[in-house]
Amino acid sequence: MSNETLVKADNFSARFMDKLMMGMPRAEYARRLVTPFNAAAAIILAIGLPLIVLRFTNGLATITHSSNEYPWSILLGWGLFSGVPLSATGYVMATACYIFGYKKYHPLVRLGVLTGFMGYLFAVIYLLIDIGRPWRIYYPMAVSYGPTSVLFLVAWHVATYLTVQLLEFSPAILEWINARRTRKWAIMITIGMTIGGVILSTLHQSALGALFLMAPGKLHPLWYSPFIPVFFFISSIYAGFCMVIAVSTVVNRFLKDRTDQTFRETLDGLTVGLGKGACIGIFVYFVLRVIGVAHDDNWALLATPYGLWFLTELLAFVLVPGIVLTIAVKRNSARLVRLGAFWAIAGVVLTRLNVSIIAFNWNLAGHLHHIVPPAREVFVVLAIATMHILIFRWILNRMPVVAEHPDFADDPH
Amino acid sequence: MANNVNRREFLATLAVAGGTVLVGGSTDAFASKNLSGWPDRFGMLVDLTECVGCRSCERACNEANALPQPAVPFDEKSVFDEKRRPTASAYTVVNRYENPASPGAPIYRKVQCNHCNEPSCASACPVRAYTKTPEGAVLYNKDVCFGCRYCMVACPFYAPAYDYESALEPRVVKCTFCHERVKKGGIPACAAACPVGTLTFGKRKDLIEVARRKIRKSPERYVDRIYGEIEAGGTSWLYLSGVPFESLDYPKDLPEKPIVENTKGFLSAVPLVLTMWPALLGMCYAANRNKEEKE
Repeated sequence: MSNETLVKADNFSARFMDKLMMGMPRAEYARRLVTPFNAAAAIILAIGLPLIVLRFTNGLATITHSSNEYPWSILLGWGLFSGVPLSATGYVMATACYIFGYKKYHPLVRLGVLTGFMGYLFAVIYLLIDIGRPWRIYYPMAVSYGPTSVLFLVAWHVATYLTVQLLEFSPAILEWINARRTRKWAIMITIGMTIGGVILSTLHQSALGALFLMAPGKLHPLWYSPFIPVFFFISSIYAGFCMVIAVSTVVNRFLKDRTDQTFRETLDGLTVGLGKGACIGIFVYFVLRVIGVAHDDNWALLATPYGLWFLTELLAFVLVPGIVLTIAVKRNSARLVRLGAFWAIAGVVLTRLNVSIIAFNWNLAGHLHHIVPPAREVFVVLAIATMHILIFRWILNRMPVVAEHPDFADDPH
Repeated sequence: MANNVNRREFLATLAVAGGTVLVGGSTDAFASKNLSGWPDRFGMLVDLTECVGCRSCERACNEANALPQPAVPFDEKSVFDEKRRPTASAYTVVNRYENPASPGAPIYRKVQCNHCNEPSCASACPVRAYTKTPEGAVLYNKDVCFGCRYCMVACPFYAPAYDYESALEPRVVKCTFCHERVKKGGIPACAAACPVGTLTFGKRKDLIEVARRKIRKSPERYVDRIYGEIEAGGTSWLYLSGVPFESLDYPKDLPEKPIVENTKGFLSAVPLVLTMWPALLGMCYAANRNKEEKE
């Protein structure tokens, strides 16, 4: 090896470490890692990660609540069925900005795309822990095709969409590593990827609901509806808007030094705008759910205990946050929009948990006793969620997501 | 095997693979072909009024399929104190029910996979691990299964069990209708072992005739219903009972059509979205570009 290459290699590794440590000396970087948040994360991971290992040494039974009657537990009820609609951020933001021409939302697009990509990535991670033989995850794509299955569609679409979102986010990665020429290519495919993303999202967001069309009788009739694919799709739209509001709020609060002036100055205005979008979605969804009850003439069931739970979900977690968002938009109050958004997100999670766990197998003996997850599974979920946050923060701390990269300000976006 | 593959292709309403839409050989592009099922498939008629709860079928099934010895022996009656279900180590179980008509004369119900005419498990499986054979059995192939357990969600009879204890080779476990024995001209182990007249093995269409005749001959003995004749599109296993099936925990309110029918509307919409969305969204984009250029 010549001296010149040695110097180059040295430079590269130095530059690489510099990128990883955000330009800080090793000691300072290490010192800055000691925070109360990181300490809590470390404790959760110290409990949760060994449990995940246990799943692969002793079987699913050691960590999950899944059983012969309840094949899907909170690993999927939370990780997949709640995680995917909350990750609709990528397609709603990219569509608004690039297809419908709402250019002013550009400062939030990358954050939306990253939130979406990370959400799907972790939905897959929850899935890999939950399914029996995760090393066969590619089987629906390459080994044995089951096209009659809605889950076949979900598998294809989630895999494809994960790739699409990585490509959509790639300009940020390429700016980070200063790959100007490749970045140009990545920008050129933006429109194609955005349209592809909407198609894939329309189909798999609704398909997650359509999965339950195979369980009439098992899923309580108030939640089982021929419209369930539409319910899932429409709620993913406002879930996407609300998640962008929520994530940008958290970023603006805890990672303010990563944001640029444009982000900080436009955030309140854009938040109100997103709140408007969420309003439309949430009211369309509310009316559809009511039509769902009417369509199957399930009014009488509303007076049963499950009916009261259904009304709680629909009124307290759909209608009320919808009203809060409406008032907030009328008053032009970003604060109130944020409150409504967090509320609406809780409602989306509740709906998904109701369909996949709480109202599923409602007629089995001892059902309510069964739906409480064991501590081990809760810790597995907490550990994965913690990793999710840590990796998300890692990326935000390094790549230009909520701030424009100064070297690329004049390049096309 | 070629036959089996054909059938599954038949079932496939629309093959959707990464944007490729295949509408397979149907004259009506928006409807899928419906199956009435393999004509000569076998079935099992279970006459619950005959069962004495001896659990010989459980024992025979255990031996025929080389399943692990149960913790409680097969002649132990205390197992009836609770309601059991098929598990990873038992393809079939018998449960005891209080007789609402005459207390003290309990009713026994055998539970196992019902081998549906158009099985939900097979329609739900994203890797086609299930096959409905011409003989009637619904078979599971552990070699392609990745363990999503959607078949268990989709089964209206709670039949498939999963091997949650296994770390690296978990699989779905369910009754095979003794397919290998039947193919060689034999009958399922449980039916061979039944010491009373509870289990009758035969062609499904003949069994329906037998069941009808039984009901006609002794209307006081049976409720006028053959469970499994139409439930969820019909099953290979058919049941006669002296008391309403609901009182024996048989799933009620099942649709008469195969459950997969419920997803066909959704799957039909998939190619529409795949083809129309790009055009519509592309036009939105073009309209905005046009506006920008004018400005």
